[in-house]
Amino acid sequence: MNVIVCVKQIPDPASPGELDPSTNQLKRDGKLILDESDSYGVEMALQLVDAAGGGEVSIISMAPNGEMSGMRTALAMGAVKGVLVSDPALAGSDALTTAKVLAGAVQTLGGADLVIAGTESSDGYTGTVPEQMAELLGLPSVTFAKSVKVDGGALKVSRQTEEGFDEVTCPLPALISVTAGVVEPRYPSFKGIMAAKSKPVDTKTAADLGVTAAGWAGAQQAIVEVAQAAARQAGEVIEDDGETFNKIVEFLDGLKVI
Amino acid sequence: MTINYDLPEEHEVFRKVVAEFARAELSPHVADWDERHHFPLEAVAAMADLGLFGLIFPEEWGGGGGDFLSLCLAIEEIGKVDQSVGITLSAGVGLGANPIYRFGTRAQQERWLPDLVSGAALGAFGLTEPGAGSDAGSSTTRAEPDGEDWVLNGAKAFITNSGTAITSIVTVTARTDAGISNFVIPAGTPGMIIEPAYRKLGWHASDTHGVILDDCRVPGDHLLGEPGKGFHNFLSILDDGRIAISALALGCARACLEMSLEYAQQRETFGKPIGSHQAIAFALADLAVAVENSANLTYKAAWLKDQGRDIGQAAAMAKLYTTEAAVTATRVATQIFGGAGFIEDSPVARFYRDAKILEIGEGTSEIQRMVISRGLGL
Repeated sequence: MNVIVCVKQIPDPASPGELDPSTNQLKRDGKLILDESDSYGVEMALQLVDAAGGGEVSIISMAPNGEMSGMRTALAMGAVKGVLVSDPALAGSDALTTAKVLAGAVQTLGGADLVIAGTESSDGYTGTVPEQMAELLGLPSVTFAKSVKVDGGALKVSRQTEEGFDEVTCPLPALISVTAGVVEPRYPSFKGIMAAKSKPVDTKTAADLGVTAAGWAGAQQAIVEVAQAAARQAGEVIEDDGETFNKIVEFLDGLKVI
Repeated sequence: MTINYDLPEEHEVFRKVVAEFARAELSPHVADWDERHHFPLEAVAAMADLGLFGLIFPEEWGGGGGDFLSLCLAIEEIGKVDQSVGITLSAGVGLGANPIYRFGTRAQQERWLPDLVSGAALGAFGLTEPGAGSDAGSSTTRAEPDGEDWVLNGAKAFITNSGTAITSIVTVTARTDAGISNFVIPAGTPGMIIEPAYRKLGWHASDTHGVILDDCRVPGDHLLGEPGKGFHNFLSILDDGRIAISALALGCARACLEMSLEYAQQRETFGKPIGSHQAIAFALADLAVAVENSANLTYKAAWLKDQGRDIGQAAAMAKLYTTEAAVTATRVATQIFGGAGFIEDSPVARFYRDAKILEIGEGTSEIQRMVISRGLGL
């Protein structure tokens, strides 16, 4: 079973990020790391290939400046090869162009039995790329997968919903988006980190994939305004006078949870 | 070519992985383990999963094929979160697996190495005795040949990892007619008595026992290395171990610097953060210099080892400086935290208790100064 995982490389959340005032976009010029929300997809892919008893995990990414530090992390975890699309003309691409680029990268690899993406990135949060990719690739897609099994050539997915989860069966090949926390991503070993150095990563431009890079000017979406989130209000503090449990009951009753 | 102080990029990536591992898997539990004097087999298993016990051994033994620098970074990052877990790793690799790897025959390696490399088992090394430590000439443990076997009698003291549920071997030095030799004693061998765990000032979550050898009989093929070469061989093991202890001390000093810096920016006296008072600011400046020096000495010693160069002096210098810096760092950190640093709720208190042994184990500061002064021709 061959699986392709879409991995986004994002600025390290541990260092303070900065917005470009002219575009309201996050600056992504520095060193990038593997988006934690994609590490779940990588782990799930590795587990599925392992369970299938053969095949390989490949990764695809779109990033500025030929950046592949984050891809190396996924390769260190066990992915065997990657395709990086890096092209100055792609700066400012909207979600649809990104989906076209990643779909092109999937085709460069000759497709796969399964394509995995995170439900949304930790720095952009559009959450629309996986479904757009599926449409472009003509694949069935299942979103918000919390557990995935391959059974007799079909995919069995527990799909997270607001009330609980749906059991979905879907033919392969397919594309799924996985929610964070569904598997425990492995730590890359030292051996894996050293091996990742020499794993092949094919670098492509938009033109290589036959994608028209629309850039800032042609983007179908724009960030109009960025505003500070409202600060969370301080909660009510009640001193315990020995009868405080009544207040707790009253409070919970007000919320209609008891 | 110019001098280069950058660590290789892969090593920095690996350091981050171990740091994240220690933060996520160890740090929520270390205070509890310390308080309960609990030896955390769960931490050993987790470090084993990460491949830390096999880091420096070749892939043919299931190891990671890493260099000594990678081990130092792992010990430093684990030690930054907890010194007990750090010494468990350091001793497991340096004193458990390393002697078998370095001096074992192929058959001995095949027998004991795979489990030590995978972390499924821990090994210990018994050099120190109640009446002898670095002055190995005073050791009284003896091994007498008896037919094909050796029979050992004596006592060993302060032996790390000797009594865990997964200890597979204790390698001991003993006198023979040919001179000091090393013997591998499998756990459970009749006549090897593991005494109850010590009540220690620090390192509460590490495993340390006295070991009594009372007519302890092992087969002839349990002799490790050439007879009479035991003294020479363990000195070489100790040189490696000193760099590892230096890395452990570096983790301690770095933890103290980071905790103190954060606290000094939060805690206020006389209307401003204590870090804005020169007394505290200068103390932190000195601490930062000590950490920088410690790192440079430790990484250079590791680099020399990886280059296959002579490490005796560099290892002694790194161990001496860094462990003394670590003890100072815990004292400074406790002072900066004030009363809060004296309370066991604070990790500073734990580091304060844990640091002192760094100046003692794997050769005291006095022994390091002796080694260094002899290197000067004195």
